[in-house]
Amino acid sequence: MRRRAALGLATLALLVAAAAARAEPPSVRVGSKSFTESYILAEIVAQIVDETGEARAERRFGLGGTGLAWGALAAGHIDVYPEYTGTIAQAILKTPALTSVDAMRAPLAAQSVIVSEPLGFDNTYALAVRRESATRLGLRTIGDLARHPELRAGFDAGFLERADGWPGLQQHYGLRFPDVRILEHALTYPALVAGSLDIIDVFSTDGQLGRMDLVLLDDDRHFFPEYAAVLLARRALVERFPRTWAALQRRLGGRLDTATMARLNALADLEHRSFAEAAATFLGRSSTASPQRARQLATLTLEHLELVAISLAVAVLIGLPLGILAARRRRLAQVELAGVGLFQTIPALALLSFMIPLFGIGRVPALVALSLYALLPIVRTTHAGISSLDSRLIEMTTVLGVRGWRRLAWIELPLASMTIMAGIKTSAVLTVGTATLAAFIGGGGYGTLIVTGLALNDVGTILAGAIPAAVMALIIHAAFEALDRVVVPRALRAAASVS
Amino acid sequence: MIVLRHVTKRFGSHVALDGISLTVEPGRTHVLLGSSGSGKSTILKLVLGLLRPDAGEVHVDDNLPRSARLAQIGYVVQGGALYPHLTAARNVTLPARAAGWSMERQTSRLQALAALVDLEPELMRRYPHELSGGQAQRLSLMRALMLDPPILLLDEPLGALDPIIRASLQNQLVRIFAELSKTVVLVTHDVREAFVFGAAITLLSEGRVVQQGTLADLAHRPADPFVSEFLSAQAPPPEMTRDLGR
Repeated sequence: MRRRAALGLATLALLVAAAAARAEPPSVRVGSKSFTESYILAEIVAQIVDETGEARAERRFGLGGTGLAWGALAAGHIDVYPEYTGTIAQAILKTPALTSVDAMRAPLAAQSVIVSEPLGFDNTYALAVRRESATRLGLRTIGDLARHPELRAGFDAGFLERADGWPGLQQHYGLRFPDVRILEHALTYPALVAGSLDIIDVFSTDGQLGRMDLVLLDDDRHFFPEYAAVLLARRALVERFPRTWAALQRRLGGRLDTATMARLNALADLEHRSFAEAAATFLGRSSTASPQRARQLATLTLEHLELVAISLAVAVLIGLPLGILAARRRRLAQVELAGVGLFQTIPALALLSFMIPLFGIGRVPALVALSLYALLPIVRTTHAGISSLDSRLIEMTTVLGVRGWRRLAWIELPLASMTIMAGIKTSAVLTVGTATLAAFIGGGGYGTLIVTGLALNDVGTILAGAIPAAVMALIIHAAFEALDRVVVPRALRAAASVS
Repeated sequence: MIVLRHVTKRFGSHVALDGISLTVEPGRTHVLLGSSGSGKSTILKLVLGLLRPDAGEVHVDDNLPRSARLAQIGYVVQGGALYPHLTAARNVTLPARAAGWSMERQTSRLQALAALVDLEPELMRRYPHELSGGQAQRLSLMRALMLDPPILLLDEPLGALDPIIRASLQNQLVRIFAELSKTVVLVTHDVREAFVFGAAITLLSEGRVVQQGTLADLAHRPADPFVSEFLSAQAPPPEMTRDLGR
């Protein structure tokens, strides 16, 4: 039994390694955070990488916030991603006194990270209110807000927590709002326009700013640091692909002003053009959109299917022996089921993020987390299926000389197959849904569209990911119903339908 | 030869067998008679080695070790305990497959056994849920006989059958046991069945031997008021009293 468990673990390791190490031409892994501007900048970087031809761009977009993106760069899971000087000083180097790019070079170099020349625009935080309320309440500067604590504020989670965001601003200007809500950044604009919020945090390059009748409050006491956009790259990238790095510096350095960036953001946010199209617009190329979308869906479907198939296979390879073991050793069963159940109590997104320090970002941590998540139904039903078999039938195996693996393969597994298959089916359908979360750590799949759609506040894009996932869940369920006919002995199904 | 000496078996605080001694002669049929809870099935499991006695000794064929015992014993239980996912043929040949017999050997043995218990060969392709109770019970006997063990243990083998089938199978089994000259221990609560099968009868009650002997011994020389009580509770049919030579 112990040998079998070891075999299962070895298989897992092999699968994970195989998933990690698909042999491919040299690639530059381009990361982004999960908001429109970051996606577009990363897409521009990726297109320049591909054009230069030294390496192939591998897109690892939508890596949540600064912690995740910087963590991925520092650990070498991505090679380059767009960042802002203010964020580098405050959140990464934790030295708010650093303001110039030149001052940041040395401490970043100590971590093998190179910073590019500023790209040209400054995307600082600002607070926005409707023009109507600005006029009515006489709001011109941030300081003016102190007189109106009744206003309802909605901030995105990052702004609410960062020292250079709300906490610092509150102190700096002596502001106090009893009613502050946390919202996804893209959702704050519609809430403000609809009148359910009065103040939101914005970025000075947000595409919506040009289209809506909003007023940015003046930061007259100079609280917000400068947020000049730069690229952060691993030194290895600069050394290995010098032409690529030079091209990035030449084509992006000082070339992107605030108005241009806001226009590109508007293309994506308001005109629902793809990030690739927005990037191509900046690079002065026309791009063909629709075939790309179709190809993207095909790619995402494959990625999603791969996530589900591999993690389910691993879960079966581990879960089946664990369930059998639990059925054999009653005392072990308690410990085991509690242990496996524990994974289920961890929210899926949290489980995914726990994987990052261990396995970095991308497919591997996603597969590990999904496998752990898929384990419980399989272990539980295998244990229940085998330990609830008619004890007279099992006793008879001893009398008939059917022992060890024969007893398992000839008698116990076939008899329990209906129950076990139900568990695997449940796991499969659950995994299709959970796998959409893999995109939050760069694992790919349909979740990529959902994360993108959330960044764009574009329900269409969210549905473009959510609907195929639902369809895939249905198809997989049907496929397993069909598989039942192969796996579950005919007589058991017949007997079950009679009784 | 099966010998139990002063065997005691407890399940928790419940005493299932309380100092039982019993000898089953080779080639003979021995009936363990008693109501449910009397400990008869526990005796079979001790002989099979599925249970260990808490006190006393169980010997099978002059000290066969427990591990080697099973190959020498065929076992039939009430209802047959057939595997629902296997065909009749697969059920019967299961011990032979586990023992690594060739397909030809399995098939020829299967045919011989089907003839012995009078089952049609095409029944062998069916699954247990497609068989009658009597057919299932005969298949179970075939399976017990597959490896041709010298000893056969039967635990209420006809318990779940209706009276007519039961009677015809009783006669068939008597014929088969005589033909095979196996050592047979048959457990039943039914006095009539005990009469049909057994020259030697052990009457059990609450884990103790009440009386051993032929049915005539039990009827005419009861060792205990319980013996008469047990026999009269199942009023014997008229021909049985005639045969007893009243």
